[in-house]
Parts: sequence; C-alpha cells; structure tokens
Amino acid sequence: MLALYLRDVKLGFRAGSGALTGVLFFLAVVTVIPFGVGPDLNLLARIGPAILWIGALLASLLGLDRLFQADREDGSLDLLLGAQDRHMLALTVLVKCLAHWTTAVLPLVIVTPLLGLFMNVPPIGLAAAMLTLLIGTPAITFIGAVGAALTVALPRGGLLVSVIILPLTIPVLIFGVAASRGAVAEPDPFLPPFLILSALTLFFAVIGPAAAALSLRGAAD
Amino acid sequence: MRLAVENVDGERGGELVFSGVSFALDAGRALLVTGPNGAGKSTLLRIVAGLLPAAAGAVTFAGGAEAFPDAKAACHYLGHPNGMKAALTVEENLAFWRDFLGEQRLSPLEALEMVGLGEIGHLPFGYLSTGQRRRTAIARLLISYRPVWLLDEPTAGLDHASEARFSELMRAHLSDGGIIVAATHLPLGLEGAEELRMGAI
Repeated sequence: MLALYLRDVKLGFRAGSGALTGVLFFLAVVTVIPFGVGPDLNLLARIGPAILWIGALLASLLGLDRLFQADREDGSLDLLLGAQDRHMLALTVLVKCLAHWTTAVLPLVIVTPLLGLFMNVPPIGLAAAMLTLLIGTPAITFIGAVGAALTVALPRGGLLVSVIILPLTIPVLIFGVAASRGAVAEPDPFLPPFLILSALTLFFAVIGPAAAALSLRGAAD
Repeated sequence: MRLAVENVDGERGGELVFSGVSFALDAGRALLVTGPNGAGKSTLLRIVAGLLPAAAGAVTFAGGAEAFPDAKAACHYLGHPNGMKAALTVEENLAFWRDFLGEQRLSPLEALEMVGLGEIGHLPFGYLSTGQRRRTAIARLLISYRPVWLLDEPTAGLDHASEARFSELMRAHLSDGGIIVAATHLPLGLEGAEELRMGAI
C-alpha cells in the first residue's frame, strides 16, 4: 500500500501530471476578486476566507477525473482490481485519494496564506483558513473519488465529475467557511463548525472510498 | 492444482459473444485460445481473471492452498495495455508491481535480464519501443509469483528473438507446475498445448 502511495505521489510531481495547474487556477481565481470587488479593504477582509475556500474548492476539483482514468488507460486499473484479494479495493482507493490530495491539494493549502494577503485577511484569519482547508479538503477528494469512479469510462468526464460532486461538497464548504470566519468575527464560534468539518472528513473518508470501490467494480468491461 | 471453466457464457454490452465454453487445465498444462477477431477470446480471459462477470457458468480454481484461494487471486493477467506508467522508469514500475502484487520472486533487475532488457532499467517507460514495453510487461510475470498466467496476445510487437525467449519463459513456468491460458493468432512455441477454437456465433 505504501508502494502505491509513493508511486502516485511520484507520478503527481513528475512532469506532465498537471499538479501545478490547480495552484495556478487558485491563484487566478483569488487575484481577480479584488479587481472585481473593488479596493474596499474591510469588505475584502470580510469575504476573504470565503473566497479562499471557494477558490480552493474549485481548484481541487481540477484533475480529479484523472484519478482512475489514467490507471484505466494504461491497464493498471485491471491489475489493481485483480489484486482485490490481497488489498481491499476500498483501501486501494483511499490510498490513491491520499496520494492525489498530497500532490494536488496540499500545495493549495500551502499557498493559502500568501493568497490571503491579496484579500487583506488578518494573520489569525490566515491561520484559520489554512487549518480549515487542511482538515476539510480531504473530504472533497474522497467525495471526488466517487465521481471519478463513476465517470472512469468516459473520455471527457472532467466537467461531469465536478457537476456530480459539487452539490455533495456544499456542507464541507459551509462549515469550512463558518469555522474560518468564526476565528476572526467575534460573536461567531470557531470550534463547533470546525469539529463538524473534521467529522465530515472522517465520514467521507469511509463512505467515499467504499462507494468508489463499488462503482469501479461495477464499471469493469 | 486445477483451473476449470464450466459452461461459461460471455456477454459484451448485453450481447452474447460466446456460450457454453468449457475447459479444464491441470498443473503444467497450457491452453491456446484461437479464433477470428470478435470471437470473444479477450472476453473469456477477462472472465477467467475475474475482471468481468460471467453471464452463466463458473470459473473454479482448486489446489492453490491458502495463498491462492480462487482463480482471481491465482492469475497474472497480461492484457493489451501493459499496466506501466510512462513517467516512471522501467525499474520503478516493476518495483512498484513487485511490492503491490506480493509473492515476490525475481528482483526487477533480474526479471529485466530474463527478458533481455537488463541495460535499460533506468529509462522512463515512455521512451521504450513497443516491443520493449511488451517485454517489460512480461517481466512483470516474473517478479511476483502466480500459478496461472492469462496472456492476451502476449507476443504482439515482439521480434523473433524475444518470441523465442518468451517461449522459454513459458515452458519454464509450465515445467514449474504453472498453468497458461493464452489468446493468440501466432504460434507460441508451446508443444503439447491444448487448443480451444472459438468461433463467432
């Protein structure tokens, strides 16, 4: 299993994988917001955490469709499916999700504080946004695995994956933004939404890979 | 050890491709599946490998002890795609499959020597020619042990020397008590192999 994780991480960082595309997209989304909204610093600070979350959510949807498709095209998926007796398929999917998160989403979390500066977010808000993204984005990847597994046989499934999973990621977005706002806006609490966000991630860490494994098994052809 | 296929029907997209296919192979036996394009050779192999459900009938594997309880666990499946990543080196690819598939035998380097690619283990898989890629995929059969080899057009793209070398590897696997089921149009150089002719219905 560690071998699978290391292989996918290695693939993610090698040339031509497009791991950096997500970061560039994130950068593009966040930098154009101040131009659109105007130079009102208080307003920017208020909507900053929400913009960071929306940007990170959309950026982490990029590349999800390749999660299983790349393996299917070169025949690796057959071998992964064939090894089900040795490695439970849901576990294989979980490991692939974690590797995808490490290469495609973790860089987004790392650049968040930098992009937050564009939005005039105070330091404590930056820390909160980064922490909530770190805890919340794995849930998006786990949900995304289901969409990726459903569309594995479709050659142009990219947008379809996003459309399928976007409604399911709404709770993650709501509680992620609520927690990061709670850290800066005084009367709002930080801990309750943060704990619900953590619970969502744990919940989808089980449901997502199990559902994706079921779907992959059914999609064999 | 015995691999048995009983009255299996194969379906592709809801249409029956073949029906009532039966064969049984004991340790050390090989079966060549032949027939025109579209006769269902690949479908049959995928059903035996457990990648496709059989529309009817059963695939059973007995005598594999604990390590290989059923046909799916006992199979090496070599399909049309090679199952290797273009961005990783040949050795990295093989090392990964060796770790993942378990029952480790030869090291990646030894396996590459066996297929005559000892010199190019450090190259990215994407740089190799078609025949070299196929030989790398064949090396995968050697790095971890499975009693049953399911080969779908295994020699596609191989030159004569590599074909002969592959025949030797297959003969060694059979004399070691293995089982081979190969779908092919070309003679594979296996004496005494049974033949299953599949015809379109």
